[in-house]
Amino acid sequence: MSFLKINNLSVDYQMRKETVYAAKNINIEVNKGEILGLVGESGSGKSTVGNAIINLIDEPGKVSGGSVILGDLNIHKNSESLVNYRGNKIGLIFQDPQTSLNPILTVGEQLIETIQTHLQLSKEEAKNKSINLLKEVGIKDAEKRFNNYPHQFSGGMRQRVVISLALCCEPELLIADEPTTALDVSIQSQILELIKRLTKERNLAVILITHDMGVIAETTDRVAVMKSGDLVEIGITKEILTNPQKNYTKSLVSSVPPTNKKISRFVIIENENKNDKPNNIKILNRWQKREIKTQDLVQVKNLDKSFDDNFFTENSKNSIMAVNDVSFEIKEGETFGLVGESGSGKSTIAKMIVNLFKPSSGDIYFDKVCITKIKQKSELMKFRKQIQMIFQDPYSSLNGRLKVKDIIAEPIKLHNPLISNSDLNRYIFDLLESVELIQKSADRYPHEFSGGQRQRISIARALATQPRLLVCDEPTSALDVSIQAQILNLLKDLQEQLNLTILFISHDLPVVRQMCDRIGVLKDGKLCEVTNTEDLFLKPQNEYTKELLRLMPKIESIYN
Amino acid sequence: MIQELELKEMLQVDNNSLTTWVRIKDSDIYHSFIKSPTAIASSVILFIIFFCSFFVELITPYNPFDPSSLSLMDAFTPPSWTEDGLAKFILGTDGQGRDMLSTILYGSRISLIVGFSAIIFSLVLGVGLGLTAGFFGGKYEMIVMRLTDVQLTVPSILMALLVDGIARGLISREMHDEMAIYVLIFAIGISEWPQFARVSRAATLVEKNKDYISASTIIGVPNLIIMFKHILPNILRPVLVIGTIGLALAIIAESTLSFLGVGVPPTTPSLGTLIRLGNDFLFSGEWWITFFPAIFLVILAFSINLLGDWMRDTLNPKLKK
Repeated sequence: MSFLKINNLSVDYQMRKETVYAAKNINIEVNKGEILGLVGESGSGKSTVGNAIINLIDEPGKVSGGSVILGDLNIHKNSESLVNYRGNKIGLIFQDPQTSLNPILTVGEQLIETIQTHLQLSKEEAKNKSINLLKEVGIKDAEKRFNNYPHQFSGGMRQRVVISLALCCEPELLIADEPTTALDVSIQSQILELIKRLTKERNLAVILITHDMGVIAETTDRVAVMKSGDLVEIGITKEILTNPQKNYTKSLVSSVPPTNKKISRFVIIENENKNDKPNNIKILNRWQKREIKTQDLVQVKNLDKSFDDNFFTENSKNSIMAVNDVSFEIKEGETFGLVGESGSGKSTIAKMIVNLFKPSSGDIYFDKVCITKIKQKSELMKFRKQIQMIFQDPYSSLNGRLKVKDIIAEPIKLHNPLISNSDLNRYIFDLLESVELIQKSADRYPHEFSGGQRQRISIARALATQPRLLVCDEPTSALDVSIQAQILNLLKDLQEQLNLTILFISHDLPVVRQMCDRIGVLKDGKLCEVTNTEDLFLKPQNEYTKELLRLMPKIESIYN
Repeated sequence: MIQELELKEMLQVDNNSLTTWVRIKDSDIYHSFIKSPTAIASSVILFIIFFCSFFVELITPYNPFDPSSLSLMDAFTPPSWTEDGLAKFILGTDGQGRDMLSTILYGSRISLIVGFSAIIFSLVLGVGLGLTAGFFGGKYEMIVMRLTDVQLTVPSILMALLVDGIARGLISREMHDEMAIYVLIFAIGISEWPQFARVSRAATLVEKNKDYISASTIIGVPNLIIMFKHILPNILRPVLVIGTIGLALAIIAESTLSFLGVGVPPTTPSLGTLIRLGNDFLFSGEWWITFFPAIFLVILAFSINLLGDWMRDTLNPKLKK
């Protein structure tokens, strides 16, 4: 008899135009001492199921059918008893530790408040219990930290506090909704270890909601795969990942970048016939394809950038070195990867290379010309044309008030004002086709497209000036894994056919391994190691690199 | 009329793909509009007021601005439903025998023209300064924003009085009546711009840091084009909302100034002038001369405010249910 039984659970959102079924007839069972992974892409309804268990669905959604049985009680029958179950029998961990703690109360006050709400304990007993809890989740100096405010904890520590809050009333079921998505990879593995340990020690039933197949492979015992509100497949994690039965699961597994080898293209299952031959790129006719010479296209020399807070004092000493003495070269035609955790300065370097802001000191050479010291506008325009950038967030990188054709036409007209209208239209269509969008897209507005399609529009815009260097700043980290595979395939095709040089910035090591020829590892604004991709993954030299590689969640761990 | 146009503009701002009536009907704004009785009621009232004010010559048989058509015999006729009322003067007449209803409609046209012109003037000035301040930053931004701070410490009606006083000093007496309406527009406009500057600067600061602006910079788009082609359309929504509410304020400011005697002259009276003129007769029993223009002004301002509130609620994604 399993501990949690979800029977035929359905959640509807009644909108003005239609009813959206966020979850349809979901049947899931979870046993004590087991971690069930709930995996799916955005919009698949995985969080909806998590919230529906405790009936925390936002208006206008509602649980429209089915039952949730915890132990042997149907907890959806009586809404009052459900309130007692929340936090008491069921603990919750949310994605963002920044917002799930109250910033104006100390950690101790929040723990004591929660404990006293649910358990009959005196203040002193509650305090002792909370200190023990903080120790249990691995917070050092728990007695002192007890009186600290949330902002005094780092992101990972804060997530530990959130876990201790979820555990403080001895729950038997723990629902963790993307508990590590907002955290860096080194902290992610610690938090996952903690959840695994607590599951064993306390004999908890855990539902871990995530989009990350690596996390699933390393943490969960069983996994349920969801797609647009439907439960696609459920079973033992190892079986699902190694031998998926359903097409969707197959494509999901094959889109995950492998960490142990480099593959030439991602296999996309859903449209197999199209997938083997790279698409024909019409813009090649206009492109003066460059011969690949083995020379450096970009040279970065002793780059420094500090942001100082000189609002009150002119020469404040509290300046932060975002980039500290960084030097590297990018050869023409190669893909150079910059890897680092958040705050390591990788985006800052990208913005200096595309000349969005100037370095504090140091120089950037592009094709042997120092582009950081150019004063003349016309001179700068020549380089603007040759260096283009693709951004992380596909939603803010396109102007929502312009049609797609106007977005793409802007760089073309700017750099070639004499182009005729018919030629311009043909060029726009060619660009759209080379990023695998249909010609009709030109007359639509960005909000009519999905995140992956928007990213394609961004790429088309970047290609419009026929650049030599494409700076990609986390181009796929806002996208689902299957879309990520498509975009990465597209970038690879474009690079092969156009001989593009790419600077690829990412925090995601498996992705970098698939994309890059050489990799630089950044930590706190300093470059730790620059080497060939295979050398980096097989025999890393730097301690920090070794640590990063050890901690990265590996989908292959399931085979061991 | 103008209100309808403005409404269509707002719809277009919200949903870019509005090209056909079907799409308008499908949009969330249209839906929220037909679900809100206050919005419907206030826009119907405004439509009637605007229509009657701008086509007043077609509607009323009298022209109160034409002295030859007036007869002092008709002076102080009470409203038609009272004992001494005449059917041809529905709302009665004033001290010079002018028909109240037509005088109010002619007056409201002047009030509306002044209100709209003033708000457009301050919108252009405020958005221009706010947008450039937010975009360029630095010392220029500091000067502009401190200027708004200083001006916001002075009540706007005092500001308008000050401008009017200066204008009186500069313009000769004969010219003054002709120029009065322009002085009024300038006076009200100059007293309202700081809020537009503040809102548009704040919105610019948000938009400026979005990636699409970086993308344009990297492409090499000149700053002026970035400002007007990319940022301006994206900050227009909050600006138009406060513009609508500002319109009511501008109309009231016009009436206040005219009531104080520094607005438009009595020969071409606006609503405020009518209220002032009628005020003199209030205690001698001729209440209608001041009451009807006053109630008309209240309905006008109230309707604009209600419509503005509805617009703010609908266009603010944070308040969406």
